[in-house]
Amino acid sequence: MRVRRLAAWTALPLAVTLGLAACGSGGGSGSGSGDPNAAVSIQISEPQHLVPSNTTETSGSQVLAGLFSPLVDYDAQNKPYEVAAQSVTSSDNKVWTIKLKDGFTFHNGEKATSEDYINAWNYGAYAPNGQGASYFFEKIAGYQDLQGEKPKAKTMSGLKKVDDLTFTVTLSEPYIDFKTMLGYTAFYPLPEAAFSAPGVLKDSYEQAPIGQGPFKMKGTWQHDAKIDVERYDAYPGEKPKVNGVEFRVYQQLTAAYADVQADNLDVAPTIPTENLSTAPTDLGDRYQTSRMSSFQFLAFPTFDKDYSNPDVRKAISMAIDRDEITKSIFKGSQQSARSFVSPVLPGYRDNTAGAAGEFNPTEAKKLYQAAGGPSKIVISYNGDGGHKDWVDATANQLKANLGVEVVGSAEPKFADLLTKVEKKQPVGLFRMGWVMDYPSMEDYLGPLYSTNGSSNYYGYSNPEFDKLVKEGSAAKTQDEAIAKYQQAEDILAKDMPVIPLRFGENVFGHSSKVKNVEMDLFQRVNLVKIEAAS
Amino acid sequence: MFRYILRRLLQMVLAFFGTTLIVYALMFAGQGDPIQALAGERPVTAAQRAYLTEKYHLDATGVGGFFYRYFDYVKSLLQGDLGQSLTGRQIGDILQAAWPVTVKLALIALAVAIIFGVTAGVIAGIRRASIFDNSTLVLTLLVLGIPTIVLAPLAQYFLGVKWQLFPPTAGSEPTFYALLLPGIVLGSLSLATALRLTRTSVAENMRADYVRTARSKGLVKRRIVSVHVLRNSLIPVVTFLGVELGNLMSGAIITEGVFNIPGVGFNLFRGIRTEDGPLVVGIVSVLVVVYLVSNLVVDVLYAVLDPRIRYE
Repeated sequence: MRVRRLAAWTALPLAVTLGLAACGSGGGSGSGSGDPNAAVSIQISEPQHLVPSNTTETSGSQVLAGLFSPLVDYDAQNKPYEVAAQSVTSSDNKVWTIKLKDGFTFHNGEKATSEDYINAWNYGAYAPNGQGASYFFEKIAGYQDLQGEKPKAKTMSGLKKVDDLTFTVTLSEPYIDFKTMLGYTAFYPLPEAAFSAPGVLKDSYEQAPIGQGPFKMKGTWQHDAKIDVERYDAYPGEKPKVNGVEFRVYQQLTAAYADVQADNLDVAPTIPTENLSTAPTDLGDRYQTSRMSSFQFLAFPTFDKDYSNPDVRKAISMAIDRDEITKSIFKGSQQSARSFVSPVLPGYRDNTAGAAGEFNPTEAKKLYQAAGGPSKIVISYNGDGGHKDWVDATANQLKANLGVEVVGSAEPKFADLLTKVEKKQPVGLFRMGWVMDYPSMEDYLGPLYSTNGSSNYYGYSNPEFDKLVKEGSAAKTQDEAIAKYQQAEDILAKDMPVIPLRFGENVFGHSSKVKNVEMDLFQRVNLVKIEAAS
Repeated sequence: MFRYILRRLLQMVLAFFGTTLIVYALMFAGQGDPIQALAGERPVTAAQRAYLTEKYHLDATGVGGFFYRYFDYVKSLLQGDLGQSLTGRQIGDILQAAWPVTVKLALIALAVAIIFGVTAGVIAGIRRASIFDNSTLVLTLLVLGIPTIVLAPLAQYFLGVKWQLFPPTAGSEPTFYALLLPGIVLGSLSLATALRLTRTSVAENMRADYVRTARSKGLVKRRIVSVHVLRNSLIPVVTFLGVELGNLMSGAIITEGVFNIPGVGFNLFRGIRTEDGPLVVGIVSVLVVVYLVSNLVVDVLYAVLDPRIRYE
């Protein structure tokens, strides 16, 4: 790492010359629409899979966002609006009727019908297919019958075709945010051509996925190298402003960053941490930030006696100067967090952690001693994720402000950390992160803090909290749901099962050859907005 | 000679199985939870865990499980099947795509080492203690002192980004020109060593009796150097370059990463990072073969360079 710093240092004088060169070659003022026949390149890492129901990481999701069009997308307030769907309605939030827009066709000419959705979702939910995003279907009635080694059924009883463009989805219990959920990658349809037999996906499908989105594959997936897509002219929605996109695979972010500086790559969706301090000068107005949903926090092993008193947890939270760390270590690329859900969500409120979120070293020390906090605190983290700097800084702050011994302890990988936590070994505090799947408070409260939450590794359990979240998701209206979720969040502020630390941002850069580069909450570049700068 | 090669080939078979066993055991022992590593920081569903566990026999643990999985692996290996990586790709396909790029890169690096290293070494050896000799000494010490992890980003930054003489990264289907800069970076270390070796060897031979004899016979200096001295001085250099070729083929993990070259090192790095046991073992198995073959070629080359060496 020290080496990279060195390179970054020398980058300062470069920015000026680069900026000048860019002006010379561009010529235009940057206004007006770009060349519609241009192709742009975007950095990704090698996707693990390109089947919608098996894609859970950003790179695969970025490619699929070009090839497919979602049922719903999210507006500026992050509320869902229909894209491929004509309407998504329900009178009781249990039986949902989805009407599709007429005119969407797959890239092979097939008309997109309700059956294509039903088949795709059944394939995704069927346990023996081993699809990574199968849990998204668990709210649909009949999902349980598709689980286990030898499932009872191959199709979910909750999915019913009405006609070619209409189908109904029956959930096992009412869920207010089902429409919001439909924006996720797992809910894309699959064409008939994807299956070799009912319920059996062709092996070759993944190498050149056929979707119904604004772009179609150009050739096949060139592993470790690139994925080329070109504009699909029969797409009925908003037309892209470029002719094609090359998703170029990079193993290291620094390589992509070097390419963006040299105009060899158009968009680097993430600027590497080691370049953060120089990137604003390197790239000028081509360095941009936008909101995203990531949430970093420290979790308490609530099963550990040392941390079972909420006052101890609050005292530790109060002894951390979040602003100092976001400023000095993250150079403002992340924001301090004092709430338990991300600010991008409808229903988010500032400072829900209350006094426990404010930096107050004197009060913290008093409270810590009164509550009998442990004399030694360990903060565990995974050593492969670049967390050492901020964990050490946090440890130093705690040491100075609480007057106890605090050490950071690195596990090789996140999986090793989780294994230890699951075995209830003494790991002390440990770092966690969360990125939402769809913009709903429930997507934070459910998995992170409810008793059976999929990512609740710290054993927090409060029946009243569980009840409120459940009532919220079963509510009749969004307002009612949000009111319940907010009450639930207030309980978190009292119990303090985790310490909110930071909310992330997209920090990205682009070349001088493109403009209108926008990134969404899921760290994906908006492919219909990006334009060539000419 | 024929018998010698045959014996070596038979030894190679043993060495091959020995090394794959060790590598497989190491991967097996060091494996934490590959399924979680694959999923990153998200929770893994029970369905997917069950699916991957069954597919890769991840439930077979302990000594018995190890041999079960190893023999399973060797069995398919003998049928020419390297297996599937944890993301479901054929390892054979991965290697087929990665290998040509790495070979190209290695050859460029080797060419750089030979052309500049050996030539400069010969000149430095003949003109011992001259300005040329001393300045190459300083330069090579400098290069040997800077690790690739510093040299590669610096070269990329100055030559690729700042002065834009070379493309900063190579990417897929790289042109010869795009591979030139990474090739030079990769070759610079071997270059320095080759230069030092050649220089010492040439300097020593220049004082040898046969050179004095040749000179007193009135042979022209150019002929003495190019025919007699050079041939005798190359033996240590060839040994070094042969082993180095194996090293270069194994993929320069750092160089390929910095310059985004999808070669062998690139894949090996990803395999190790994601605990993708089948991928790492597959790549290493092929690398073992490359090392064994390049060593054999070096040994045979000795006999060509020095007729006194005979193999029975």
